[in-house]
Amino acid sequence: MRSSERLRTLEGRLHASCCRMLRTASLIFGLVFCGMCQIQNQPDDGQWIMAAKNYSSTRFSTLDQINSGNAATLKLAWTFSTGLTKGHEAAPLIVNNTMYLVTPWPNLLYALDLTKPGAPLKWKYTPHASRSSQGTACCDVVNRGAAYYNGRIYYNTLDVHTVAVDANTGREIWKTQLGSIDDGESITMAPIVVKGKVLVGNSGGEFGVRGWLAALDADTGKIVWRAYSTGPDKDVLIGPSFKPFYAADRGKDLGVKSWPADAWKIGGGSAWSWISYDPDLDLIYYGTSNAGPWNADQRPGDNKWTSTLFARRPETGEAIWAYQMNPHDEHDYDGVNENVLADLNIKGQARKVLLHPDRNGRLYVIDRATGEVLSAEAFAYVNTSTSVDLKTGHLNTVPAKSTGLKTVRDICPAAPGGKDWQPSAFSPKTGWLYLPHNNLCMDFEGLQANYISGTPYVGANVRMYAGPGGNRGEFTAWDPANARAVWSVKETFPAWSGALVTAGDVVFYGTMDGWFKALDARTGKLLWQFKTGSGIVGQPVSYRGPDNKQYIAIFAGVGGWSGAVVSGGLNTQDGSAALGFVNAMTDLPQHTNTGGTLYVFSLP
Amino acid sequence: MFFRSRNLLLAGSGAAFVSLLAGCQREKQELRPRPAQVAVYGDAARESEIQPGGPQTQAAVNNPFYSNALAISEGQRLFSWYNCSGCHANGGGAIGPPLIKKDWIYGGEPANLFDTIVKGRPNGMPAWGGRIPEYQVWQLVAYIRSLNGEQPKSATPERQDHIETNPETLHFEEGANR
Repeated sequence: MRSSERLRTLEGRLHASCCRMLRTASLIFGLVFCGMCQIQNQPDDGQWIMAAKNYSSTRFSTLDQINSGNAATLKLAWTFSTGLTKGHEAAPLIVNNTMYLVTPWPNLLYALDLTKPGAPLKWKYTPHASRSSQGTACCDVVNRGAAYYNGRIYYNTLDVHTVAVDANTGREIWKTQLGSIDDGESITMAPIVVKGKVLVGNSGGEFGVRGWLAALDADTGKIVWRAYSTGPDKDVLIGPSFKPFYAADRGKDLGVKSWPADAWKIGGGSAWSWISYDPDLDLIYYGTSNAGPWNADQRPGDNKWTSTLFARRPETGEAIWAYQMNPHDEHDYDGVNENVLADLNIKGQARKVLLHPDRNGRLYVIDRATGEVLSAEAFAYVNTSTSVDLKTGHLNTVPAKSTGLKTVRDICPAAPGGKDWQPSAFSPKTGWLYLPHNNLCMDFEGLQANYISGTPYVGANVRMYAGPGGNRGEFTAWDPANARAVWSVKETFPAWSGALVTAGDVVFYGTMDGWFKALDARTGKLLWQFKTGSGIVGQPVSYRGPDNKQYIAIFAGVGGWSGAVVSGGLNTQDGSAALGFVNAMTDLPQHTNTGGTLYVFSLP
Repeated sequence: MFFRSRNLLLAGSGAAFVSLLAGCQREKQELRPRPAQVAVYGDAARESEIQPGGPQTQAAVNNPFYSNALAISEGQRLFSWYNCSGCHANGGGAIGPPLIKKDWIYGGEPANLFDTIVKGRPNGMPAWGGRIPEYQVWQLVAYIRSLNGEQPKSATPERQDHIETNPETLHFEEGANR
């Protein structure tokens, strides 16, 4: 790349809001400072106040004390055991020299004092989440973290409540019930707070729930709006402002008409994962889950708005655009994966995009103002689709891999997708997205599913196995501007932890057999690794301690869908266990054991 | 209590007089009920091996469908029909624990399994009582017992009429998909 091209490309990566001023100043200085301004309207003060680090969901820390030159000397600073044995998927929060940890069910909230040696407990909050709610969570009783706003910690409990807790005292301020486990609902996602509203979505795509995203008043806990993913336009909050980019997403009451009668009421589309926010466009972005049941023959039609990306106004919830990635989903390809907001130079044009690595194995680069798909290349091995038609937005699927009330073999990616919930990280320095992902295929036998509220609604026998190459996981640096992989590292097990990338050009992630790794963000070279007591499915974060040192924190504690074979003590004689994931993970119990512990690292 | 009630009586209220009577009623207790009035439940399905005071004999609760091939096959059908398979897969477990095992939390005898289905269990097992007819619960019990070889082989289906789910019988070449 010639230097002038490189400059143009890098210029495109500058974020809009505060970078706009810098852009008028020196380009070179803009590059240096952009690390500090990449978080839109949110300066990076060395804290970590929401699971995805910032509204853009970059999981990029501007701290650079730990860098690719010295990461090899990282040492364990301290640890904290939760005493729990289920999957620990949460991102720790660090606010005002306090670390906040949310555990899997029973969803305890711990506050640790970082100003004292060994970070002793300040307080513990117990939400008394229903014990029975463990029976309505499809894929282990995980929780993905909390959000800090205005002196309070906000998070969700498995039994469909959102709580606000005083960050100083641990006192409960409010607790709001949003749904019912009797309907098969649960909540595992980390909320975000936008304009004084706590945004929360339900889980339960395997329980025939009706998916929704709700906004709660951060002060009072009152529900301000709720946008359903299925049903009539008035329930989906589709009104005159709704302008989808593609014709396939236009029409009245598609959330009813694209289903057999009443099937939308139990059709899934839960919003169980990540939400991003662009303050300049004033739009929130999130995706909806797979349609239910998995046996797609029971729900002819496009099944809107499942497996769909929504852009909505945070104040009112009204939909501005939507794009359905996987109409009539036949493979459990949820559309819930993270949406990383970046400003990129694509084909010579500066574009405000969102980067969405979908379960279907394609990395969507989408104009976040309009919903136009700019590219959707495969980042994992895919044989269920051949391409996305950028003119129509249509996913060109492979008929031979179409499922239903029959058995279809060698489907790639498998149900957990090219990538599942495990969030990627974006470095504005390299312009690359760092993707922990899967390499799994499956055999799929559709069965008649029977809806009984509060019980699973799936209708499939599945068995998964490693994709081509035999490695079940992979960690890839992806260049979204040019829609191609830059480097990639193969992993034995699915790479089921989140990623973190720092201004020191170090990228962190953990493996299911318990290795916490630091890689050179530019080359993928392994710089350092540490073996934790249990497999890692958590989200690494970085913060500046009261001693001005940079720390890296990660939960170990295997579990989640992929680790259920260990955390649930499942029987490996039945490969269809854990919705078929056990077939691909029969050897995991030989590599790791249960047990949630937070590990914190720093330079010596 | 007695003295408080008496004070209320002195106040001359009719309502208080009633409450006094009620209060007196509560005071009247038979401290040692006659044995004839008390059932000593010795026949509840045991979930512990520890029996205070030493072992007691207990009448075995037998599944009326023991060794009944039709009932076991019906149990297998109902296992999917009532979405048991949604949580326990084909016995290997998922949301719920595996059913192919030796170490049962709440006991693996027919009476224990019957109780578990009907009453539910605190960590997520739904209470199916009032939803599934008793004979079908016993059919489910018969099928679940068959998963562990607790039914005569002659009455047990070889395997389900579905895709093979036992990884031990599948032979994949590393990374070759098949």
